[in-house]
Amino acid sequence: MALSKVKGTLERVLDKNLQDLVRGIRNHKENETKYVAECLDEIKNELRQENVAVKAIAVNKLTYLQMLGYDISWAAFNVIEVMSSPKFTFKRIGYLSASQSFHEGTDVLMLTTNMIRKDLGSQNLYDAGVALNGLSCFITADLARDLANDIMTLMTSTKPYLRKKAVLIMYKVFLQFPEALRPAFPRLKEKLEDPDPGVQSAAVNVICELARKNPRNYLALAPLFFKLMTSSTNNWVLIKIIKLFGALTPLEPRLGKKLIEPLTNLIHSTSAMSLLYECINTVIAVLISVSTGIPNHTASIQLCVQKLRILIEDSDQNLKYLGLLAMSKILQTHPKSVQTHKDLILQCLDDKDESIRFRALDLLYGMVSKKNLMEIVKKLMVHMDKAEGTNYRDELLAKIIEICSQSNYQYVTNFEWYVSVLVELTRMEGTRHGRLIAAQMLDVAIRVQAIRPFAVAQMAVLLENAHLLSNNSQRNGICEVLYAAAWLCGEFPDHLTDPKGVLEAMLKPKITLLPGHIQSVYVQNIIKLYANIIKRAEGQNGLAGVREVGEMLQEKLPIFIQSADLEVQERACCMVQLVKYVLKSQDKDGDTAAAIAEELAALFAGDLNPVAPKAQKKVPVPEGLDLDAWINDPPSESSEDEDRPVGSSIFVTKDNNEGSFYHETAKVKVPDMTPEERTKAKEQRRVDQAHNPNYLKGDVKKSASNTSADGNLGNSVVELDLSIPLRVPGLSSSDQYMKMEQSLRTKKAGKKKRKKRKKGGNDESDEEEDIPQIHQVSTVEEVPEGAEAVSDKEEDGGDQRYKKLDIDLDEPLRPGEILPVRTHRIVPDHKLPEPEEQPKEKKKHKKKEKESKKDKKKSRDSRKEEREKRKRKKQSIPGEADEPSLLKEDHEEIAGDNTPLSSPRDKDMPSRGATATNSTDKMNDYEFWMSSTDAQSPAHSEPQGKPTTEVKVTPVQDITSGDEAKVDTSAHSKKKKKEKKEKREKKEKKSKKSKLKAGDYEEAGGITTPSQEVVDPSQLETPVTAKPMSSYRLLAENASIKMMYETRVSPQRGDQLILSVVFTNLTPHLVNNLEFNVMDTLNTKLSRGMGQASHDAVQVPFVLPAGLSNEGQFAFSVDSLVQPTKLRGTLTYMVKMAEGSTHEKVDFRLTFNCSSFMSALPCKSSEFASLLSSGDLTEKSTMKCTPLENSFDVSLLRICFYNHFKVVEKVEGSASLYGRSIQGHHLCLLVKYNNGEITVDGKSAEGALLSNVLADIKTVLTSDVL
Amino acid sequence: MIKAILVFNNHGKPRLSRFYQYYPEDMQQQIVRETFHLVSKRDDNVCNFLEGGTLIGGSDFKIIYRHYATLYFVFCVDSSESELGILDLIQVFVETLDKCFENVCELDLIFHVDKVHYILAELVMGGMVLETNMTEIITRIEEQNKLEKSEAGIAAAPARAVSALKEMNIPQKVKDMKLPDLPSIGNLKF
Repeated sequence: MALSKVKGTLERVLDKNLQDLVRGIRNHKENETKYVAECLDEIKNELRQENVAVKAIAVNKLTYLQMLGYDISWAAFNVIEVMSSPKFTFKRIGYLSASQSFHEGTDVLMLTTNMIRKDLGSQNLYDAGVALNGLSCFITADLARDLANDIMTLMTSTKPYLRKKAVLIMYKVFLQFPEALRPAFPRLKEKLEDPDPGVQSAAVNVICELARKNPRNYLALAPLFFKLMTSSTNNWVLIKIIKLFGALTPLEPRLGKKLIEPLTNLIHSTSAMSLLYECINTVIAVLISVSTGIPNHTASIQLCVQKLRILIEDSDQNLKYLGLLAMSKILQTHPKSVQTHKDLILQCLDDKDESIRFRALDLLYGMVSKKNLMEIVKKLMVHMDKAEGTNYRDELLAKIIEICSQSNYQYVTNFEWYVSVLVELTRMEGTRHGRLIAAQMLDVAIRVQAIRPFAVAQMAVLLENAHLLSNNSQRNGICEVLYAAAWLCGEFPDHLTDPKGVLEAMLKPKITLLPGHIQSVYVQNIIKLYANIIKRAEGQNGLAGVREVGEMLQEKLPIFIQSADLEVQERACCMVQLVKYVLKSQDKDGDTAAAIAEELAALFAGDLNPVAPKAQKKVPVPEGLDLDAWINDPPSESSEDEDRPVGSSIFVTKDNNEGSFYHETAKVKVPDMTPEERTKAKEQRRVDQAHNPNYLKGDVKKSASNTSADGNLGNSVVELDLSIPLRVPGLSSSDQYMKMEQSLRTKKAGKKKRKKRKKGGNDESDEEEDIPQIHQVSTVEEVPEGAEAVSDKEEDGGDQRYKKLDIDLDEPLRPGEILPVRTHRIVPDHKLPEPEEQPKEKKKHKKKEKESKKDKKKSRDSRKEEREKRKRKKQSIPGEADEPSLLKEDHEEIAGDNTPLSSPRDKDMPSRGATATNSTDKMNDYEFWMSSTDAQSPAHSEPQGKPTTEVKVTPVQDITSGDEAKVDTSAHSKKKKKEKKEKREKKEKKSKKSKLKAGDYEEAGGITTPSQEVVDPSQLETPVTAKPMSSYRLLAENASIKMMYETRVSPQRGDQLILSVVFTNLTPHLVNNLEFNVMDTLNTKLSRGMGQASHDAVQVPFVLPAGLSNEGQFAFSVDSLVQPTKLRGTLTYMVKMAEGSTHEKVDFRLTFNCSSFMSALPCKSSEFASLLSSGDLTEKSTMKCTPLENSFDVSLLRICFYNHFKVVEKVEGSASLYGRSIQGHHLCLLVKYNNGEITVDGKSAEGALLSNVLADIKTVLTSDVL
Repeated sequence: MIKAILVFNNHGKPRLSRFYQYYPEDMQQQIVRETFHLVSKRDDNVCNFLEGGTLIGGSDFKIIYRHYATLYFVFCVDSSESELGILDLIQVFVETLDKCFENVCELDLIFHVDKVHYILAELVMGGMVLETNMTEIITRIEEQNKLEKSEAGIAAAPARAVSALKEMNIPQKVKDMKLPDLPSIGNLKF
């Protein structure tokens, strides 16, 4: 045997393995593709072999080729074959290949479910490990659903190696199958405290990833993480937790306060830079979230900034980079603290590392003020001159513009300076931001009216020097500036000193080399200029020159007609005709000539304003217009045009990737104005224009507070006027403005000092206000008429995948909420996952099945898979709403947690209740934990939960005599809390319950108030004689086993009843193979696993070690509930003794009386009254009895507890009770107590139910057995 | 989350590529090229973080890399990972390689890319950091190697002999990828 194997391998020895392939490729550098093609052929051959070893080698080679970029998806099936090999070596190769090449679209993944399940359950640790690893890369929704439970099992594996991987992969499972999150979460949480650090770290990792997307749901875990943070020494875990806290603090300011101290300690103590850095980051996040309320608030900031400075000054570039990164976060909220380090940041601009320079640039953005803007921009421009690499230079340029234009030019005080800067920027070589500069020029000139003369003059200079700019005609190049220049000169020609000269400059033949959209603007504006020239000439009554101009146009415009650009051509043709017409009319006589100027000017009348960014969106849809309806029945193709982006103008046809200039202009962020503000602004502009054609006084609004500055303004105006003549007839220089500004400031210094003394502390901002803005920025934007001033909110299309994981984790698990399991199903699915998707899924399964059938190479696996799928299909039939399944894992666990209990009576609440209380406990714990910090500052905190009940109740007592209504409402809100509390109490100290509780609530007060309204008797101070109540009743008992049961219903499900049975092993042996069976009646049926007949037994999913109890839940579907149901059943089980095991059984009789179907829902007395008066409750019934207990309160308590009613109102000796069946029947009772006798009058719409319930009540009151 | 782990040499030849999110093969190649382009033009004494790969990531993503002799180790991660932590992880990865291959060099990665994958799988799983303790990682890898050997048994003996023979042909097996002493690592270490 072995020999033949050797022989087989010997034959294969000369096959290429991976190393040979690599070597081959290296030796065939020049014709690699050809060589690889040959190899692929060989591989295909090898894959056809029977021998798995050969296949494995082939697949291994394919994996390598995949890395080189070859598609290997065609071999997916072979990969699966190799994956299914029993040998670890091959399995690993297969899984590696799968993880590299499979993805959600790989259809053969359908075949892998069962194989992966087998591997996950493998005895070999590494088989399972490799499978988990592979699965983490190619998990699909189907795989996640089908394997979730297997992975859950692995989470409790004894081997940390597997636990760790299983925990980690759960994140991927959640992403694909969000329904798994809630059932799996308790276990995941458990793993946070796993003894193995690797598992712990994995759990932290997963929860951090989850919490990052939906932090709110994980707030309740904060105390646990806090504990971990203070106890863990693993830096990886610490970093993750600290990062998580960073995400949580914005949601819970109290958390931040708690965190500050330990984090500061860590900052001081840790030597690990990574940890230090994350601590600082989180402290910053905390400081951002709580701006006030922390006493040593500034100290923390100082500490952070100081530590960051150390990082930035470090020689390690990485630390420097991160320091700057964190600094920029502080900048957002505490710019002052950062501004003190301006020197350091400016220094970083000189760093050789581009990333660092970028980061420093980001910081600069937030550091500018009116005072230092010029200085900073100057520095940046110097840098730009020195900078190598257009990329960085472009970034600098964009940054300068960003800095200056931020918040509507807030920091620009002198716009002449800014325009000069822009003009200087045009000298930057090879920039890609020509368009940006152009947009700024347009924006500034349009918004700042006063700057127009200056801007237009500068633009004229630019146009005259167009040849300097136009030699670089690349897209978005600097020539774009000419677009702005031409447009501005054309739009505001009145400000031109020499329009004729400009016109001539615009008609230079070189212009035809410019991009089409610029040429079109040229043509258009040439005519505008022409119109202006005529108008001016008419004013001076000299038409002689005009004629010349016209002729020049007629001569030169045709160069544009020959343009390749349609737009240019069309406009040029138009304009040539226009000029011809004008010339003709000028020829005729004086009158028409005069008129023609006006007519021509009328063509271009009107102001142009920037359009608001969302103007189009805001256009209200007229009534009766349905935008979705077709205008013409056959869908016309022209509808495409409507989809164009709002701002895309027809002027820019060539590169519409960025929209037009107007669009970009509009992008400048402008605070939205109310209509009043807008009209006000308009008015103001008009006034300003009228009074001050050239320079404006400082912005009235902004400098209103300091009129003292106005005196200086006069100065600045004078100086400005002086500066203009000094300008060489070329481009202006921004430096002169800076110098001017500086000199101005020194003059002001004296005044400032005086001010400082007056105001003291906050001098920085004072200084800023001192610098007046010389020009006013208009914020007028065109918005369509009737636009609604609403919702600029962008609906952000966040990742759907993560949204699905936004699941409330505190809410207790619903009974049906479990992972899909294949066996052991007892509790029915409460809510089928994705009910609508099921049918589709089924189809998919079918289709895939067909496909797989076609596959000739079908192996054992695939056949098995098919069987598997058929099974699954059955499972997912949506009709089987009450398809039974089991709370297996969770349930077992919770029950298992309970240390052995002496009797089932003392047993913990069943799992559902337990989780519920657990989580409320958690919530209270969390609140308690949170509020504990606030002890010193109670005013700030709003304690909820437990503390509240006590705090709030006291005043109620005071009011009691007075306002009853008030008591009513507050009592209502209290009630809920009390219920929770009650539940918990029940769970924890059942034996002492009533006594303890009585005391507890008395202390809480508010309940024994004279009003006695809406008080649940279960919360009343009960006489000491009251027995502890438990709804668990004995089901059956024999020598070896005892069964206690309780029924439960959910008001949401009218057709289902859950039977919770506590099995107690009375033997000293192991009891296993418990099978529970009930003879179904027509009305009541036990829900069994799918595919099981009505007489099959349901397997109880646990074994019972000696002396232990455990609880199993079984669901029954119920049709009618007006009659009590009696069922007969059997439990069979095996007792394992040393000498062998015996098979035993115990019979039992189950009774579901009508009270079992009642649920106690709160009902207000007003609702109760209206219910009674509605006339719906036609049936009446009365019952009289003498209760065992001679206390009315205890009797009431018993009715409420055992028969599931709620007290609506109680007065001396009588009470009204309300209850509702799960099918919605209302039952109203009036209970009267007279001389030891109780009379119950009942009203309901359902007579049979009523009388049965009354009979139940009688039993409850008169018998002791319960 | 880690989105991708790439190893390529000074000429941009991929030595290992591990994507934790699906990209078609041609896209993967483009990503490798782009990343190489971004990374290779940086000096050795600049910081190890990069923003702005256009193909992979987005604003939330960073490229974190280390350059060892002839190889670049590049991790593309989102903001949930600590930058310095990932740098350490790269160091752990390389040191593990060094231990497993006994003085690792580029040739080891060239000829045993599968083994490198197996090692990586012990560090990172599905884009999440699995283990950072080097002793633990190496124990696991050695156990798996043992398992592999035991499975191969006698049947693989001839194959081993042949591969040993082939192995000898590798022209001057240069051990050129020595781990440089990185002083900055000292204080980053956990």
